[in-house]
Amino acid sequence: MTLQRADIRRGMRLSVPIALGYFAVSFAFGISAVQSGVPPFLAAFISLTNLSSSGQFAGVKILAAGGAYVELVLSVLIINLRYILMSLSLSQKMIALPRWQKLLLGYGVTDEIYAAAIQQEGDLSFSFFASLIVLPVLGWSGGTLTGALMGQLLPQTVTAALGIALYCMFIAIVVPPATKDSRILKTVLIAAGFSIALTYLPQFSFLPVGWRVILCTLAASSLMALRDVRTLKERRQ
Amino acid sequence: MEMGYLLFGILLMFLATYLPRALPLALLNKRITSPFLLAFFSYIPYAVLTALTIPAIFTATQSVPGAAVGFAAALFLSLRGKPMITVALGGAAAVWLVEGLLLSIL
Repeated sequence: MTLQRADIRRGMRLSVPIALGYFAVSFAFGISAVQSGVPPFLAAFISLTNLSSSGQFAGVKILAAGGAYVELVLSVLIINLRYILMSLSLSQKMIALPRWQKLLLGYGVTDEIYAAAIQQEGDLSFSFFASLIVLPVLGWSGGTLTGALMGQLLPQTVTAALGIALYCMFIAIVVPPATKDSRILKTVLIAAGFSIALTYLPQFSFLPVGWRVILCTLAASSLMALRDVRTLKERRQ
Repeated sequence: MEMGYLLFGILLMFLATYLPRALPLALLNKRITSPFLLAFFSYIPYAVLTALTIPAIFTATQSVPGAAVGFAAALFLSLRGKPMITVALGGAAAVWLVEGLLLSIL
C-alpha cells in the first residue's frame, strides 16, 4: 500500500506541468469551439470525452461545417492512428495489468502523458498511470470551459498566439533528450525532414495530415531501429 | 448547430479516439523480445512529436514570421531545460510580441 501511495505521488507530480500546459492549449480550443457554435459546456464535454488536441480541433471544424459522419470518423481516426503505435509500445510496460485496467487507462494515452510514462524505468502500475491522467484531464476540460466562457474577453492576437502552445509543449518534451542522446537527435532530424518533404512535395499533397504523421513516424523509427540492430550484430561478431 | 447531430458527432469522435488508444493496450499482452521492435518503439515518441510539430507549428498562429519567432523562443527555452509550461507560455508570448505588438505598429 505504501508503494502504491508513492506511485500516486510520483504520477501526480510528473503530471503537473502537463496539466498546466493543457490548460493553456485547451483554452484556445474552448474559444474556437464557441466560435464554431458549440455551447460552452458541450465544448468542455468534448474535451473530457476526447482528451486529444488535433483530433478534437479537426472534429469540431467538420461538425461546424455540417460534415457527414463518415468524414468526421475517418478524419479523427486518421489523426489518431499514431495512438496505436503509442499504445503498442506502452503495452510493454503494462503486461502484468488485468485487461479491464488497461481498458480504463487507455482513455489517457495522450501524446504528452505517453511521453512522460514511456520515459519511466521499468513496468508501470495502475496507480501510477491513473494518477498521471487525473490532473491533465482536469486541466484540459477546465481550460476548455474557461476559454469557452471567457475567451471573448481576450484580444484576438492573444488567442491566436496561444495556438502555438501545443507545439511548444512537444518541443519541451523532445529537445532535452535529443541534446543528450545523438540517436534521438537523428530520429528527430529524419522525422522533420520526412515531414517537410511530405508536406511540400506536390506528389504527396493528397496525403491527409494524420497519414503524414504516421508515415514519418514509421520511417524515422524503423530507420533508426535498423541501424541499432546492425550495430548490435557488428558488435557481436 | 443542431443538438442531436452534435451529440452523436461527439460520441463518434470519442470512439475514434478511445479505440485506437485502448485496444492495442488491452490486446497486446505478450512481451516483445525482437531487438528491432524494441528499438523501434523507443524512437516512436520523438518521431511522432517531431512529425506533429514540423512544419505545422509555422502555420499555427496568424503569421509565419510570428510563429517562427515563437518556435525559436521555444527551442531556446527548452535547450536551457525550462519546464514544459514555461516553454509553452514563453513561445506564445514571443508570438504575441511579434503579431500583437510589432506587426500592429508597422
